[in-house]
Amino acid sequence: MNVVDWIVLLGTMLGIAAYGTWRTRHTDNLNTYLKGNKSTKWGTIGLSVMATQASTITYLSLPGQAYENGIAFIQNYFGLPLALIVVCAVFLPIYRRLGVYTAYEYLGKRFDRKTRLLGATLFLVQRGIQAGITIYAPSIILASVLGWSLNLTIIFTGLLAIIYTVTGGSAAVNLTQKWQMAVIFGGMITAFVVLLAKLPPDATYIAGAMGKLQAVSYTPDPRVRYTFWSGVIGGFFLSLSYFGTDQSQVQRYIGGAALREGRLGLMFNAVFKIPMQFCIVMLGALLFVFYQFDPATPVIFNQTEWRRQIDGPQGATFKALEEKHAALHADKQEKIQRWAAVRGAADPAAEMAARTAMLQAHKASDALRKEARDTLYAAAPEAKKTRDSDYVFITFILTQLPHGAIGLLLAVMFASALSSKAGELNALGTTSTIDLWRHFRPVAVHDEPRNVRNAKWFTAAWGLFAICFALFVSFAENLIEALNIVASIFYPALLGVFVVAFFLKRVGGSAVFWAAIAAQGVVLVIFALGKLYPDREIGYLWLNLIGCAACVAFSLVLQAAIGKQEVAR
Amino acid sequence: EPPGVPGFRSWRGVYWFVFLFFVLVVIALTIFSRVHA
Repeated sequence: MNVVDWIVLLGTMLGIAAYGTWRTRHTDNLNTYLKGNKSTKWGTIGLSVMATQASTITYLSLPGQAYENGIAFIQNYFGLPLALIVVCAVFLPIYRRLGVYTAYEYLGKRFDRKTRLLGATLFLVQRGIQAGITIYAPSIILASVLGWSLNLTIIFTGLLAIIYTVTGGSAAVNLTQKWQMAVIFGGMITAFVVLLAKLPPDATYIAGAMGKLQAVSYTPDPRVRYTFWSGVIGGFFLSLSYFGTDQSQVQRYIGGAALREGRLGLMFNAVFKIPMQFCIVMLGALLFVFYQFDPATPVIFNQTEWRRQIDGPQGATFKALEEKHAALHADKQEKIQRWAAVRGAADPAAEMAARTAMLQAHKASDALRKEARDTLYAAAPEAKKTRDSDYVFITFILTQLPHGAIGLLLAVMFASALSSKAGELNALGTTSTIDLWRHFRPVAVHDEPRNVRNAKWFTAAWGLFAICFALFVSFAENLIEALNIVASIFYPALLGVFVVAFFLKRVGGSAVFWAAIAAQGVVLVIFALGKLYPDREIGYLWLNLIGCAACVAFSLVLQAAIGKQEVAR
Repeated sequence: EPPGVPGFRSWRGVYWFVFLFFVLVVIALTIFSRVHA
């Protein structure tokens, strides 16, 4: 970051705020804009659905995930096109016919109040935990740029998001969502071009030989996290619950637009989502190759924390690790070049020997990296909260992109992370007010000013919960995986309730209510057992199938036991 | 309304197109993995 970047960064942040304030001076237009209207076209709906799903975490964390584990994560999205077809054919017409604006309102109409309450509670638990994870995205950006400690940036960005949401500033920033997406896409393309220009000609083959380009695995072993089967089956149920029952998505396509536009917007996502994610994971795999050849490759990408330790009392230990890393890195580079030289030759034995030597050098370098990580975590336990891979792409942006582009991209990524954070807190605040507080205080239903005031208090409370969660709970997972794991734990039982609502007309409210609680218990037990016995842990995507199937099966059994006195309305 | 996309008379046709496109993407990714193994 130099002076040009700082000027661009601050100018962009002020520009976004000023443009939003100018556009929102007529409040009527704002309501129309946020709720969508009859003339919303499918392109706008499609982009809005895509922007809601792909937040800053996707752009920051997904390349790092691919850097570390290869591009197998792409299989996570295999169920998405199939789920969107089901949403278009089944969910969308039903929501529109009933004229509901929230998915839980539908549960109240189809079953009863307690089922609606359960749906809203599961949503709040899941989104509340996710809010504690998404706060890391803007915090990592700030910590990398300003050199502050991560805990400090979590508190700072958390409070900023609360102030911003409660004062209504998020609405102003949402107005620039299209421009934010355009700049982020532009930034990703710039990063890709800069990266390609710096790569050796054999880059994809080097990434492949080092195991980073295994996009599809057909192994039937349920313990392998990402396979074709877990992606198509588990990913199908995960996407179905996300697009079909999550309020943040449902409001995008039932907010008043014509049926045809909503469907085409979703089909646009069904076609373009996997290719788009493929580009992002490929960026990560190619970053891996770039950092095999870059002489300045750091031992640890969380440079803020690393430099603090270098200047601290244990500086000598950390410097020794750096020197060891430099020697191993040079050795590995030489082995990779030797393999690349014999790769196309006619001697398979020489190729095999060179490949083995290259992989051994990589293993040695990885072992040192792990030692460095453990040393860092022992000296600074707070560094343990984030995976080092989450810092890979931000490091590349800060050190390799042209000046000016760095400031612009970081400003927009930060603004985008803040506005999706605000959207999340807003959803938590309004759901708490509408589906919970008004349920327990029915007298307040018509007291609109009081409801608005309470929604703000709930929003602030959820914001504080997110800050505390991020400060005191550490995830041993990459950010994007952590979000998907939380979703896979709390979504499936709720999806089961919706499946029963749509397909099993004779099941009533009490049966499905207790079935959903039992199914949620089953999922939690399986997840906990996986943590207790890690060698038998099944891939988290399978939880989506298990939870949904358990909820449907339990509700059929319970309905048969309860009898038919409570038939669906 | 019908989808109004050239070449598609019904929504069922659109859904089949999306499904077949997905199958092609998976085949392409599988070949990509094998080539770079």
